[in-house]
Amino acid sequence: MTLVQTQAKGEVTIRDLTKSFPLDGETLTVLKGINLDIRGGESLAIVGASGSGKTTLLRVLAGLEEPDTGDVLTDGAPVHGLGRERAVIFQEPRLLPWLTVLDNVAFGLEVQGVPKPEAAERARRYIRLVGLAEFEAAWPRQLSGGMAQRVGIARALTVQPEILLLDEPLGALDAMTKMTMQEELTRIWHEEKVTMVLVTHDLEEAIFLADRVLVLPGTKGDAIRLIDVDLPRPRDRNDTGFVGYRRQLMAEFGLH
Amino acid sequence: MTYQISDTRVRSPRGPDIRATLARTAQRARGIFADYGLLLAFFAGWHVASVTGLLNPAVFPPLDRIGQALWNGIASGRLVGDIGISLQRAGLAFFAAVALGIPLGLFMGQIRAVERALDPILQLFRQTSALALYPVFILLLGLGEASKVFVIFWATLFPILLATIGGVKEVDAKLIEMARTFGAARLTTFRRVVLPASVPAIFVGLRLSATTALLLLIAAEMIGANKGLGFQVMNAQYNFQIPLMFAAIFLLAGLGLAANWVLVLLQRRLCRWNTARH
Repeated sequence: MTLVQTQAKGEVTIRDLTKSFPLDGETLTVLKGINLDIRGGESLAIVGASGSGKTTLLRVLAGLEEPDTGDVLTDGAPVHGLGRERAVIFQEPRLLPWLTVLDNVAFGLEVQGVPKPEAAERARRYIRLVGLAEFEAAWPRQLSGGMAQRVGIARALTVQPEILLLDEPLGALDAMTKMTMQEELTRIWHEEKVTMVLVTHDLEEAIFLADRVLVLPGTKGDAIRLIDVDLPRPRDRNDTGFVGYRRQLMAEFGLH
Repeated sequence: MTYQISDTRVRSPRGPDIRATLARTAQRARGIFADYGLLLAFFAGWHVASVTGLLNPAVFPPLDRIGQALWNGIASGRLVGDIGISLQRAGLAFFAAVALGIPLGLFMGQIRAVERALDPILQLFRQTSALALYPVFILLLGLGEASKVFVIFWATLFPILLATIGGVKEVDAKLIEMARTFGAARLTTFRRVVLPASVPAIFVGLRLSATTALLLLIAAEMIGANKGLGFQVMNAQYNFQIPLMFAAIFLLAGLGLAANWVLVLLQRRLCRWNTARH
């Protein structure tokens, strides 16, 4: 009997990716010749000034946008459109207001054809994981912003994606909730062993969550830069190493 | 250190406190008064003005005479027959409009090209008063039931259709995109996202249509009918049976309120998630 060597799942390969949009009769190139290898199970943060195309890059990875040229591959297979190995978490929780928390979390599985009882069972597991077991029967309107976003995270996790794509998921939360949620995300990422690609404009968030930080160039057209965040977890925002990375990242944007 | 919180309220040893019950009743009475006080005052004013001769009692009879006429009409079965035929006309037209308007609206709201092509003609039809078209319908369908039901159907169709189209078009595109990221097929997205999101807008159309249905019903029954509440209002006035006329008017108002109440209940049932008050 031979055992097949299991490779780390959730690898993403980006090759010569270019994406532009028409703007006032001209073409605005937001992503130009991007090459990147995202390791399976890694946590990668994408930062960049507004307009640098970080959200566009994430949407291309999700399959919500088609690249002009170049390829995206997940675990070696070319990506065309949306795929079940990828799940997206948006800045807004995007909950369906007419469904309870449980039904919202089970929604992803249900539209994929999983029978309702099984979907509910699996949904409960992730509702517990995000710490909302008591709110199973609540309506979205009864939830706070942070709670609603947890529901959105649970919904994405229930379909057991290999790659979790997060588009500024904590951008709309207040500072305290945000920090709590960053810790939650670290814990979830650790427990679920998914590849996490996180778009954020918050440099501290990037350092707190990511193994590597990808800095997208502005309109100047420089090359993209990758910064390894070599800090032990759980990370301490006041640690000297942490502060050092923050200084380094801020310098990337000409900030002090 | 521990704190002790003592309940300083004195509880009656014998079950629920009578004073609390009284207070609750008084509060409820105040609530009813706040809601319906002005309405009751209106009727009381009418009655007193009519009895004292401040209002001409031949035109505004006292309420007890209207009540008497209402009771006589119902006991003799005369008004019951009128209610029946009126409900049948309005109901048939309304349900036909629902059966056509909602599916067509859902379809049109989904497909841009269809909506674009049909919109101008819809706007034209909608802006053309159904009453102005009634003579046309009479020419086509005769003076019988068909033209009456059709004119009500025509007038009720557009609010439902336009509300449904509007509801579908206003569904948050972000929710649709969310469903797509989970691999939801078009039909699944429609069933699980677009349809439920449109329900509140559709109900706005339904309630508008129910009101329109009764409005058109009266107009249709005033022309070439020999039965129905609208006919009864006209007929009683011709014969100077003013209490009966008011009895029929109040019945019509009651029908409108009842229709709205049924729709509100249905909406609450279907939209429990929504806090919006109606």
